[in-house]
Amino acid sequence: MSVLLTCTDVTFSYEGRPAVTDLCFTLERGDYLCVVGENGSGKSTLVKGLLGLMRPSKGTMAFDPAFDCRRIGYVPQQSSAQRNFPASVTEIVLSGLLGHKRFFSFYSAADRARARDILATLDLDNLHKRSFGELSGGQQQRVLLARALCGRADGLELLVLDEPMSGLDPHIKTGLYELVRALNSEQGITVCMVTHDVNTAVGYASKMLLLSTHQEFFGSTHEFQHNPLGRDLMRDSCGGHCAVCGVGVGGRDD
Amino acid sequence: MTDFSSALGGLGAMFAYTFVQRALLVGLLVSICAALLGTSLVLKRYSMIGDGLSHVGFGSLAVATALGAAPLAVALPVTVVAAFLLLRLTEQGKLKGDAAIALLSASAVAIGVFVISMTTGMNTDVDNFLFGSILALNEGDVVLSSVLCAVVLVLFVLFYNRIFAVTFDEVHAQASGIRTGLYSSLLAVLTAFTIVVGMRMMGALLISSLVVFPVLSAMCLRGSFKAVTVLAACLSVACYLIGIMTSFMLATPTGASIVIINLCAYLVCRASLWARGRVRRT
Repeated sequence: MSVLLTCTDVTFSYEGRPAVTDLCFTLERGDYLCVVGENGSGKSTLVKGLLGLMRPSKGTMAFDPAFDCRRIGYVPQQSSAQRNFPASVTEIVLSGLLGHKRFFSFYSAADRARARDILATLDLDNLHKRSFGELSGGQQQRVLLARALCGRADGLELLVLDEPMSGLDPHIKTGLYELVRALNSEQGITVCMVTHDVNTAVGYASKMLLLSTHQEFFGSTHEFQHNPLGRDLMRDSCGGHCAVCGVGVGGRDD
Repeated sequence: MTDFSSALGGLGAMFAYTFVQRALLVGLLVSICAALLGTSLVLKRYSMIGDGLSHVGFGSLAVATALGAAPLAVALPVTVVAAFLLLRLTEQGKLKGDAAIALLSASAVAIGVFVISMTTGMNTDVDNFLFGSILALNEGDVVLSSVLCAVVLVLFVLFYNRIFAVTFDEVHAQASGIRTGLYSSLLAVLTAFTIVVGMRMMGALLISSLVVFPVLSAMCLRGSFKAVTVLAACLSVACYLIGIMTSFMLATPTGASIVIINLCAYLVCRASLWARGRVRRT
């Protein structure tokens, strides 16, 4: 697999105050990277950096020169204002195309056909006229995923998701994880997902990045599960009572 | 029957007055602008920006009156600067949006009242700024509101999709390469113009209702952004017309009458939403 992104000693700061420091990792094409850590650990700051909305105050963040940065799809954290927003599903999905349109932006018949195809792919075609606010949390996230996928006719290369599972029921989360995994494995889209849900994430990710205002761990999911930091985080997340972390209270692996 | 005929006759006579014709034209144009801009402001949770700017408008009109300067020449630039300031303070997170608005509006009103009390004192002009008067409008207001309305309509037709994207999800729009700051600034400037033009008719205390009420009513009835935008503009125009006619027939203040009609429309829309919810549940 070829390298898509290389981060070397990267620090992101707000008004001179470092938000996250010492980021050193590589993202290869086809990777499924999950970024985990507590609130305020710099996960969303890293996402801003990936999207080009923020520049490192130190270090270098270099994409492969052959990579077209417009082939990044983004599924942001949902705000409370968005949840009841009066917009049709089609309006939202089509808005994913705007980044590649000229100044005066009208949608063509081809754009509308593309939006319909994407909606059909994600099993949302029967909802295209529905209002976003009327949908369930899981359906809303799928609509935002459809918007990200709609952005490029020649397909996405990198999909960045910022806490897409927040507030979803466990079975809805599983469906969304499966969907992202299918995009990763079937379409070869590289995935970078920020999540709090570490125990579910390890079931899908190929690599893990643990932040705590600095980089605490980067490596394969297997290494993460056998690293003390990873094991502690997984145990703290589930209270030691889930099958995934496999450590139990008192520590089976200790 | 006689009462109905005399009421119609009264309405006919009302439209014969030049000042009423001016008020109708300016009011309709301002109503359309306020509703269109309001859709974006309300959905971005900047509803109170209209209220804050109207207070700034009041302060600057009061100062202009006290100094004997042309009211619009002072109020327009000051309110536009205040709109930029509000946006920057809110975006940079230095102050919470509501705190920034409270700070700016209270300061502007205090400065206006202070300067007036030192010079002309509270007179009819100042009273008109607070509660509005259709007599205050002149030919210049007609020209200004026509240009404003044309600019807002062209903006919405040409950039509708981008305005939607910025309103729905500013971070995503930014990540897609849309210059969100430009659109937010444009909306703020046009809102400042709308407020200043409209507040002399509606009053500083009531003008923000034109930005908020029609959008809230439309949101009860429709679920797509396009439908809400169009419906808000239609409701705003309808409420304005009914309000000004009510004001003429009952000899009540114009601004207050229009706001009460808007409130009634909102309550009807809200009741309709509630009734539809009940039907769905049963």
